[in-house]
Amino acid sequence: MPPTDTTPENPAPKDSEGGATPADAAAGKDVATEKGVSTQKGGTPEDEPAAELPHGEAPGIRFEKVVKRFGSNVVLRELDFTVAPGERVTLIGPSGSGKTTILRLLMTLETLDEGLIWIGDETLWHMDRGGKRVPANQKHLHEMRKQVGMVFQQFNLFPNMNVLRNLTEGPVRVLGVPKDEAVERAKGLLDLVGLADKENAHPTQLSGGQQQRVAIARSLAMQPRVLLLDEVTSALDPELVVGVQDLLRDIARQSDLTMLCVTHEMTFAKDISNRVLMFDQGQIVEEGPPDQIFGEPSEQRTRDFLQAVLAS
Amino acid sequence: MNWDWQYSGDILPDLLDGLRYTVIATLVGYVIALILGLVWTLLRRTPSRAFNQVIRWITEFIRSTPLIPQLYFVFFVLPAWGITIGSLTAGIITLGIHYSTYTAEVYRAGIADVPKGQWEACTALNLPRSRVWLDVILPQAIRRVIPTLGNYLIAMFKDSPMLLAINVAELLFTAYQVGSKSLQFLEPITIVGLLFVVVSVISSILVRRLERRYATN
Repeated sequence: MPPTDTTPENPAPKDSEGGATPADAAAGKDVATEKGVSTQKGGTPEDEPAAELPHGEAPGIRFEKVVKRFGSNVVLRELDFTVAPGERVTLIGPSGSGKTTILRLLMTLETLDEGLIWIGDETLWHMDRGGKRVPANQKHLHEMRKQVGMVFQQFNLFPNMNVLRNLTEGPVRVLGVPKDEAVERAKGLLDLVGLADKENAHPTQLSGGQQQRVAIARSLAMQPRVLLLDEVTSALDPELVVGVQDLLRDIARQSDLTMLCVTHEMTFAKDISNRVLMFDQGQIVEEGPPDQIFGEPSEQRTRDFLQAVLAS
Repeated sequence: MNWDWQYSGDILPDLLDGLRYTVIATLVGYVIALILGLVWTLLRRTPSRAFNQVIRWITEFIRSTPLIPQLYFVFFVLPAWGITIGSLTAGIITLGIHYSTYTAEVYRAGIADVPKGQWEACTALNLPRSRVWLDVILPQAIRRVIPTLGNYLIAMFKDSPMLLAINVAELLFTAYQVGSKSLQFLEPITIVGLLFVVVSVISSILVRRLERRYATN
């Protein structure tokens, strides 16, 4: 059964304000005072940056008895969980608990061993052939991947291309966007991430924080409906973390992407997410709103983990 | 043994003519080696394991047999099967194919050196296979192996005298010819050595420059 409905009856108009996303409710007071990266340059209308961000039709995600092994090591054991359309979920837990594997399965960087992964009302790793569910072929994976974008810990920008080309490569080659239009949109996105003056720079000439912001813009250029953030600030120098986090908060506020976020930054997790899932050994130990998980966790395992993180 | 300057001056034009063939054979052979080597590497990465293994053993065979028997085979045996080619053409093709099996290994190492994250970014951006190779992987892989590929140019240049086995009028062949006419070998062979040094040094300077240009950014 389709786990979530994708509510296509309410496609938000493209120029609408970021508006009442669930993130606002959750992040509320924290984000209101944050004004990190400039998203509004002089002359552009108030709601202009929002036009760059995907709106409407964000699908939900559901894992159904998902099993993932690496050799004899079982990373995910019959994992079940659901993410509502447009929901922002943060995955926390010790390393090796399987949280990054969840993102990598959704991005098809790892293959699924058992179970089902739903994106909207379609399965990612399986397709329908003559009423039977069969393993997905490349074409199905290609179509499904169009909905998903990912930002990596190590940025993974293409060093042989300049910043602008990094942002237009996908739209031109995959989505078939005309070159001029792709360049225009790329410039808009660079403006959004505060790097409008770096379009001709090469990734190696940028700081880690700038590279990561380009990488975020690159993933948004593909107009994903689901955005996966895999420890996006872990490789950054401490003073560069804030800029990237502020940018992501702005994006969360102004878009209605479904977001899955793996992070060790608890304040950031609190700001950005509606719900926090605590993982250990491939299973969810505890879940709930950020205030509850970080404020008064009910499980001893969660308390130990949070203590260890705070101590570091 | 005395060095005869007069004689040296007389034979120099002939030797430079021979050098011309040496350089042509090396450069054209090198282009073949660069292109065919890449073809081998990509053919070894098809989804079919059996096919990949066949390609692997073909290249392994070519790489582990000496150049001179290969030259003989192409020049003397192929005509018996109805394929007749000139000695220079045969030499160039053989040199190119022989070295393509080396450049194939170089490309393979270069591709293996591209970080895994680059492939993952390609998947995340949903890039089609052809674009992954042409726009992302090969540009990075080839940049990494430019110094090694450059060394093979110089190695090929120094192997080109073997073409005399099939009577290509290259530098060493010409030197033997002029030497056997006058029975004075010291001058032609010494000049051959010097010419090789001059061309090799110039090429390695050019390769170094190319390397420096692509090493940055």
